[in-house]
Amino acid sequence: MSVKISNSGDKLIIFLSGEIDHHSAAEMRYFIDGELERSTPSVVVFDFSEVDFMDSSGIGLVMGRLRVISGWGGKAVIENPRPNIRKMLKLAGLEKLTGQEQKK
Amino acid sequence: MKDITNSMKITIPAYSRNEGLARMCATAFASQLDPTIEEINDIKAAVSEAVTNCIVHAYKDKIGDIQMELRIVGSDTLYIRIKDKGCGIPDVKKAMEPLFTTSPETERSGLGFSVMESFMDKLKVKSSEGKGTTVTMTKRLVTRNEQTDR
Ligand SMILES: Nc1ncnc2c1ncn2[C@@H]1O[C@H](COP(=O)(O)OP(=O)(O)O)[C@@H](O)[C@H]1O
Ligand SMILES: [Mg+2]
Repeated sequence: MSVKISNSGDKLIIFLSGEIDHHSAAEMRYFIDGELERSTPSVVVFDFSEVDFMDSSGIGLVMGRLRVISGWGGKAVIENPRPNIRKMLKLAGLEKLTGQEQKK
Repeated sequence: MKDITNSMKITIPAYSRNEGLARMCATAFASQLDPTIEEINDIKAAVSEAVTNCIVHAYKDKIGDIQMELRIVGSDTLYIRIKDKGCGIPDVKKAMEPLFTTSPETERSGLGFSVMESFMDKLKVKSSEGKGTTVTMTKRLVTRNEQTDR
């Protein structure tokens, strides 16, 4: 499984790794939603440092989780995306979640 | 620069695990053109989008064949054609609009065509309802050559 979860207080850290596509997203979604609903964290960190590929199915995965988290007023951030992941986030208008919008 | 002539054609069944296989095949073929990491990532994403569309839309309730053809055009241009014989698209122009999706319930983002369009140089979509869809994309791989020639 390419998702690991760690909990620190009210913050849930989700470490993703490998390739996020339509094939892998279904399993990731199922696992992440289970954890989210169990702990309803106020802050969720998606750590992308080990993700080496993501297509628009990954965008669907992120946007779907944002919707779930906003259900209890929680916030989400994305950390350490590689350049190709950042490019995909930017195309989807999600670069703001990385906390460092790059101009260009 | 010398022209490279080469082509590859593969047919894969529409299993979702083949999304990764299609990306690997396209990456292997494109590597002949000595692409940059960014170019490889762009190609991977575009192929992933087109192949995923065959799996989730064209062959929604069955496993049909997906054909992927790759060609090198001239010395530096990659041509990719991805073809299915699935349900087809009733309104291609509408389907290509950013955020348009017919499957929001499965968390499709409606950005597949936007990715293909912005990560490749050219994108053409031909579709006929009940017969299938053909997506053709090209990308000129220049960055590295231009850098080293200077
Ligand atoms: N190969 C295909 N066969 C049938 N319909 C397709 C195909 N590719 C795309 N479509 C249609 O075009 C829409 C937009 O595609 P896309 O931009 O990739 O978004 P998404 O896949 O997230 O829905 C799809 O929702 C689908 O209705
Ligand atoms: Mg798509």
